Amino acid sequence: MNNCTVNINNNYEEKYGWNVKIDSINETNIGLSENTINEISKIKNENKENKWINEFRLKSLKHFQERKMPTWGGNLSNINFNNIIYYKKFVDKKDNWNKLPIKIKETFDKLGIPEAEKNILAGTSAQFDSEIVYHKIREDLKKQGVIFVDPDEGLQKYPHIFKKYFGTVVPYSDNKFAALNSAVFSGGSFIYIPKNVEVKMPLQAYFRINSENIGQFERTLIIADEGSKVHYIEGCTASVYSKDSLHSAIVEIIALPNSHVRYTTLQNWSKNVYNLVTKRAVAYENAIVEWVDANIGSSLTMKYPSVIMKGEGAKADILSVAFAGKNQHQDTGAKVIHLASNTTSKITAKSVSKDGGKTTYRGKLYVPKKSDNVKSSVRCDALLLDEISKTDTYPYNNIENNNAVITHEATVGKIGEEELFYLRSRGLTEEMALNMIVTGFFDVFAKEIPLEYAIEFNRLIQLEMIGAVG
Amino acid sequence: MLEIKNLYVSINDKPILKGVNLKIEKGEIHALMGPNGSGKSTLSFVLMGHPKYKITKGEIFFEGKNITEINPDERARLGMFLCFQYPTEIQGVSLFNFLKTSYNSINNEKISSMEFREIMKDKMKLLGVEQKFIERYLNEGFSGGEKKRGEILQMAVLNPKISILDETDSGLDIDSLKIVSNGINKVSNSENSILLITHYKRILKYIKPKFVHVMIDGKIVLSGDEKLADELEENGYNFLKEKVK
Repeated sequence: MNNCTVNINNNYEEKYGWNVKIDSINETNIGLSENTINEISKIKNENKENKWINEFRLKSLKHFQERKMPTWGGNLSNINFNNIIYYKKFVDKKDNWNKLPIKIKETFDKLGIPEAEKNILAGTSAQFDSEIVYHKIREDLKKQGVIFVDPDEGLQKYPHIFKKYFGTVVPYSDNKFAALNSAVFSGGSFIYIPKNVEVKMPLQAYFRINSENIGQFERTLIIADEGSKVHYIEGCTASVYSKDSLHSAIVEIIALPNSHVRYTTLQNWSKNVYNLVTKRAVAYENAIVEWVDANIGSSLTMKYPSVIMKGEGAKADILSVAFAGKNQHQDTGAKVIHLASNTTSKITAKSVSKDGGKTTYRGKLYVPKKSDNVKSSVRCDALLLDEISKTDTYPYNNIENNNAVITHEATVGKIGEEELFYLRSRGLTEEMALNMIVTGFFDVFAKEIPLEYAIEFNRLIQLEMIGAVG
Repeated sequence: MLEIKNLYVSINDKPILKGVNLKIEKGEIHALMGPNGSGKSTLSFVLMGHPKYKITKGEIFFEGKNITEINPDERARLGMFLCFQYPTEIQGVSLFNFLKTSYNSINNEKISSMEFREIMKDKMKLLGVEQKFIERYLNEGFSGGEKKRGEILQMAVLNPKISILDETDSGLDIDSLKIVSNGINKVSNSENSILLITHYKRILKYIKPKFVHVMIDGKIVLSGDEKLADELEENGYNFLKEKVK
């Protein structure tokens, strides 16, 4: 068993977990104080016309410092906020991979990002520790008025849109980690899709943590104007270190009437990363919001993509899958707040635990009295691969309107002897049979994402499955 | 090709097979009949190496090799195939992908989906199944007839040396029975063998065995040719029980 564990780490290290040594051009001192914030603001040139954002950061810091650690979810007691570097920048943003320092370029080459850009993406951004280092969107989309930049550029070039929506979906005071992100945020995406524009290929952001002891705090704000459509994909990996890293992001989506936003995440952090993320969307009349969320990496993930249904006829579809191996806890789920009538939501959660890993489904459904004709279905399936792994389900339903139609189904299963025997009788080894069953279990996710990502996802699952045969 | 020597098998310490002897040569079709609970299905699982069953005595040989202890997947690679009475449902895995993986594993090949589609074509026609059918998740939501067709489709594609058909005729309407039997006959040739396990004579109208064996209480009590099946059909197993005593 020990050999197998080493094997997994080696595999991750080889494919994703290496690091490059490169000097930063800006970085804050280790730890977090008002000075850290002011320094970040200074580097980002937030001190003149955008003074408000510096004030927002300081206000958020104060709230973060005053706010207690959450006592639910995963074990957060080992995070030492004084041991983290909150900002590290290596290069000014480029729109040509070849203009990047060779080590950074090679990092993204190895991760296959320029290749994906060529083949299937309408726009690509790549973040290296605290800042976006590469950013490009197809010219035709630019001409149609699609904005896809990082938040700094969004704030500078499109201050009216930025200020109107920033922090409106996830207020800085939402939770302790939202406050932290609001204080030190850097990098991420600012996206605006004009009325009735359909972005046919996905936009992608890739987040890479390279340094030791670093915190990454990107911030994503997506505004889909009326009748528009966009699919945003994010992927992430990190270098493997013995010390913990912290990733704490905020994602805000504003889906205006009749728009359609899909947000896909393939989270593959190294196992020394705390992944504490707040993702929330507001859906107006007849808008559709889809979160397609996979969590494979990290030591602890706490993430519950949410949709606040503000307009009649809005739809939410949340698909959350998680794989927890040795020493991992995936505390994930979904929240839907049905503030308007005739709104529909569907939540599907699937998790696999192995080698003592733990998965938790935490869901919230709220239907206030004023919301008529709400429909919601929730389905959670958990698969345990051995006796020492764990799974928990915490669905909180608060249904105040009697004509809401709510269904909830939950299953916890183990791989059955009969399933294994059937596959093995057809020449599959025990390992192949287990892989096939787990891959099949996650198929509902894989078939929702573009083929290239589905292949990558299945490969990641197979990597996690190494050593599953005891 | 297959030789079972004095086989004793228990499940949870309860003896099920009590000294089974059977020899099947290349190119032969054998029918194994017997009442409910006589141990027929147990024998089929044991032949394929199901871990739930414990062999307490005896041996199984396949092409001269003692396979009593080896894994189900190794048996499949040697050319053995079990057509399940109740095939298991596997969510999220299409019949096509599953069968491709199985084919590649058994033949130690790495053929692509495109090549495999070609291999499948004729066999699909033989069983009268459409593209849609092989894209469905393995046995999930299949009707009884579809499950059996799926099993025989797998048999046709994998082309095993010996096929153990465990009550393949049960739950089939007459049309499905014809299609499935026709499929089995097309696969059957002088190079492979079949052990056909069944309750009823009706499938023997379509598939002609060389030998018929009767199993009662964990033992083969009587062997004969096709006529034995007629006799059973007329007089029932009780008659036979008396006769054996």
